[in-house]
Amino acid sequence: MRILTLLIALVFLSILSLFIGVKEISIVDIFSWTDKEWLIMTISRLPRTLALILTGIGISICGLIMQQMTQNKFVSPTTAGTLEAAKLGILATLIFIPQSASIYKLIFAFAITFLASIIFLKIADSIKHKSIIFIPVVGLLFGGVINSITTFFAFQFNIVQDVGTWLIGDFSGILQGNYEVIYICLPIVVLTYFYANKFTVIGMGENFSKNLGLNYRSILHLGLLCVSLSISAIAVTIGTIPFLGLIIPNIISLLYGDNLRQTLPYTAISGAIFLLICDIVGRLIIFPFEVPIGMTVGLIGGIVFLILLLRKK
Amino acid sequence: MIKTTNISKQYGDKIVVDNVTIEIPKGKITSLIGSNGAGKSTLLGTIARIINANHGEIIINEKNITDYKNRILAQELSILKQMNHLDLKLTVKELVSFGRFPYSQGRLTEVDHLKIKEAIAFLNLTELENNYLEELSGGQQQRAFLAMVVAQDTDYILLDEPLNNLDMRHSVQIMKTLKDLSVTKNKTIVMVIHDINFASYYSDYIAAMKQGKLIHFNTTKNIINPKILKEIYDIDFEIIESNNKLICNYYN
Amino acid sequence: MKIHIKKIILLVLVAIALCALFLSYDLPSNWGYSFERRSYKVLAIIIVSCSVGYASIVFQTLTHNRILTPSIMGFEAVYLLFQTIIVFLYGDKTFTVINDKENFFLSIIFMLGFAFILFKFIFKKEKNNLYLLLLIGLVLGTLFHTITSFLQLIIDPNDFLILQGSIYASFNKINYHLLWYALTVIIICFAVGFRQFKYLDVISLGKEHAINLGINYFKKVRFYLFIIGALVAVSTALVGPIIFLGILVTNLTYEIFKSYKHAILIPACCLICIISIVGAQFLVEHVFSFNIVISIIINFIGGLYFMYLLLKTKKV
Repeated sequence: MRILTLLIALVFLSILSLFIGVKEISIVDIFSWTDKEWLIMTISRLPRTLALILTGIGISICGLIMQQMTQNKFVSPTTAGTLEAAKLGILATLIFIPQSASIYKLIFAFAITFLASIIFLKIADSIKHKSIIFIPVVGLLFGGVINSITTFFAFQFNIVQDVGTWLIGDFSGILQGNYEVIYICLPIVVLTYFYANKFTVIGMGENFSKNLGLNYRSILHLGLLCVSLSISAIAVTIGTIPFLGLIIPNIISLLYGDNLRQTLPYTAISGAIFLLICDIVGRLIIFPFEVPIGMTVGLIGGIVFLILLLRKK
Repeated sequence: MIKTTNISKQYGDKIVVDNVTIEIPKGKITSLIGSNGAGKSTLLGTIARIINANHGEIIINEKNITDYKNRILAQELSILKQMNHLDLKLTVKELVSFGRFPYSQGRLTEVDHLKIKEAIAFLNLTELENNYLEELSGGQQQRAFLAMVVAQDTDYILLDEPLNNLDMRHSVQIMKTLKDLSVTKNKTIVMVIHDINFASYYSDYIAAMKQGKLIHFNTTKNIINPKILKEIYDIDFEIIESNNKLICNYYN
Repeated sequence: MKIHIKKIILLVLVAIALCALFLSYDLPSNWGYSFERRSYKVLAIIIVSCSVGYASIVFQTLTHNRILTPSIMGFEAVYLLFQTIIVFLYGDKTFTVINDKENFFLSIIFMLGFAFILFKFIFKKEKNNLYLLLLIGLVLGTLFHTITSFLQLIIDPNDFLILQGSIYASFNKINYHLLWYALTVIIICFAVGFRQFKYLDVISLGKEHAINLGINYFKKVRFYLFIIGALVAVSTALVGPIIFLGILVTNLTYEIFKSYKHAILIPACCLICIISIVGAQFLVEHVFSFNIVISIIINFIGGLYFMYLLLKTKKV
């Protein structure tokens, strides 16, 4: 029942998102649109809205997987060094194959993100002091380490400013033909749906999952693969969006509990809705310019996270 | 003596210690018993000012603990929580020396050295005194921490599950040491303990808690009977008398 | 105890030797000016080392954790944001609008203000949950970083070069008039803290033992957090952020001095820090010949070391 409400909200916001822009296009005149108006729709507006929805879904699901696998509600791409790893991957592409297509960026970003996630899980696992707060602290520091490596090389190649700004997620550059990599999020969401419970079991530890007859390693790697692929695809096309993967799963878990199969669709749709709203706000607030979405989400998300942190206890 | 009046502690909506008033006699061993989550450790923690109570007052030697200077109170009362792991590179002697901190603030005097030596000997650790804690077994570490409390030389000693993680031999050793402390040095010892038979065998008084409330407080002989124990633990007990001590059988 | 003193003396000698080498290596024939500049640089390094060494050891004792550094509480994010805002607002006129001295003091005021609000807020609500304090600091830091990155995105690339000068720690363009102010703050911090090092020894046993031994735990923790705040603010405002330096030097100190006594650990850590920075600076100037900024090297090495620490032990 509630899922229907969410879906309606999603559709409504998507339509709203389609009709915001410098060029005024009205839905009422849909039958009298000129070729130019159709072109704007299909080349720019539609890809943007689709990218927003896919990113929203992708990041919130990634956050959810990571939280399940570490059994820690405060772990997410932002607090586990994942975003920084993707950034390092992009830097590596720029250095080694400067004029490359985005597919190379994706491959590099994916490889490094995957590696970083494995290391992070290993660290989280070896921490004796399994305080719910301590693991994200280490994760954020881990991100700092990766960042210091990135800066080290960026400084050598004199591209510090470029590197610094990749962090900001931005949808304004999305056009037909340059964002399709993001569709990779779709199969991952489906996969996650079927593996949801297994990810939870993995989070209980190696012995526990073996006891239940699960192949610990392969499921662990599958989970990390899903996360790294989606985050890299999003980082390459849009940039990074902090806190999204953290707050959406947390809010959904507060509202609807922790039965993954049930809450997964809510998490996915809410992620998309939240991103659409932030994007619309960002586009209207200094119209006809826009505030990058990484900034709006970063601000709202950071504040929401602080509230979540403080009401814990 | 230790006297608490209407002590309550709650975390969120959960009341952990509920209006506890008790007067613990001086120079005796008092055991705090009760099932898991009955509020024993929390009560002990509030007496030792590690946990702040929401209500009520705690009087030690006719004086409210909030009126004590921290340093002076640390010369009257000491607490040892459940086995604590230290990541520090400390020798047994260095750890025990910390027990004298309330007196000398880090600059050890002749008296301090004497007390430290005494405490180490009291716990049979003299041979190990220069070993690092991390090299010791769990039982030896526990004894080292106890030696620190002994060196602190307070009239009141609070212990939270001192037998945790110890095997039978070491448990008996520790309990004998505690008995010795109370008899020879007239120390007042209050401890949380799970093994009812240790409580029965070694303590003079037993206080029983259930769901945050103090439900019984009496001499050991008066507590160790099937009816009261059933009320505390909700299981059946058979009491066996041996050597003038009461042993509980609850294994069936 | 004696062996520790010997080690300290050895460290002092190494530090003096390195400083002497740094001061005298390859001096031009007209040496007066170079020598003066280098002496200031050494003084700056000593000031920063003492503040980082002192703050990091105390911070790790308070948090009972050897892989943390006070930098993560969000101070540096405040500093970066402030610097970015200035350059964003004034662009290439930055230096005429706000001079080094004003910048230095304003930075310190903002960082301390941030610390004050953070501590007040947490201690009121949480009764001293240090990890929560850290996480909140980190999250606020990430928030500030987001704003900073956004501003950096729209800053003119030429102006960005000005910014780059102040956001990467460097001992090459310090305003030497500021050194004396910084030195004063450090000396005050040592003077008020020194007599209390013994309490830190007790606090390192853990909160409950510390209370049991008659320490006013909360008061002492707060006292030292403010000292840490002042130290980090001063060193950051002076040379910019160096995040992982603290973890690197403290752990080297624990390796070399197997002691729990802060009266030994803290001076030792400061010395090790001086040796590392002078060494690194020497490399920067004579091996890499200025191609890279020192904080980047230190963060790089420190970061790698941090990972090693995390992966090496099972006891964190």
